[in-house]
Amino acid sequence: MISLTRRYRFSASHRLHSPALSEAENARVYGKCNNPFGHGHDYVLEIAVAGPVDARTGLIISVPALDQFIHRHVLQLFASRNINADVPQFGQLAATTENVALVIAGIVQQNWHDSFSDLPARATSIRIQETARNGFEVLLGASTSSMRPRTEMERVLVHG
Amino acid sequence: MLVTRKAEFSASHVCRLPSLSDAENREIFGDEANPNGHGHNYVLEVTVEGDPDPVTGMVVDLKLLKKILEQHVIEPMDHRFLNYEVPPFEKVVPTAANLAHEIWRRLEPQVTSSATRLARVRLFETEDLYVDVTAGDLAA
Repeated sequence: MISLTRRYRFSASHRLHSPALSEAENARVYGKCNNPFGHGHDYVLEIAVAGPVDARTGLIISVPALDQFIHRHVLQLFASRNINADVPQFGQLAATTENVALVIAGIVQQNWHDSFSDLPARATSIRIQETARNGFEVLLGASTSSMRPRTEMERVLVHG
Repeated sequence: MLVTRKAEFSASHVCRLPSLSDAENREIFGDEANPNGHGHNYVLEVTVEGDPDPVTGMVVDLKLLKKILEQHVIEPMDHRFLNYEVPPFEKVVPTAANLAHEIWRRLEPQVTSSATRLARVRLFETEDLYVDVTAGDLAA
């Protein structure tokens, strides 16, 4: 098994605000990120895919096919959007980059089998840089395997 | 402990299978299938694992590692057309995965010693695409 990592970029705005907290608590927990009108980032998304290298094509996965998959399922949803207002998954969910990473990981897992059912490769991690200084990574279990679709996320790594 | 040394080389390649039509090649490889080829500034990161020597304090002599990378990867691949000038790519498609694999094959015997082993080869084809080969991958 060798892994291939592909990087994408998208710009989006968000406001960190939890409906479960009061205005004062939101302001205390999120600080500047709670400013009412929100703010934006140039996010960098990385998806790692691991699997055997096809003996004929030399590929783990067709890069154009992976690009098409991410554009269709992820970038169309997030790119140049207000995450709180435009992305349905964030109606009640705080638009932290931890949650953005988990939502994207869930989308990738839910749709992988439909697009790549004949491919032994699976997505192994989703990593997002919110800024050059903040990175978040979700390691995916065996859940994107074409054999056994599952939905659990193993853990979230937060890079300082 | 892991020690990583970086090196760069520029080379051209084309990813296509002669047995397939233009349309099929384009579907699988995208622009990489353009028949006359194109180039990349490849960035190679080689990670060696070992314990620091009690006398020298070094896991691996980085001067030696630099020389190994130059001799076995940079000199044969830099400013070459991989498909025509670097075996086995006259018969193997020089995708990032196959190239990273080949670099592992060339470096592994050079780096392995009683104190060190090759832990990872990471090859960036572009800033937005890289392949990792780690110990155990070749046996798989």
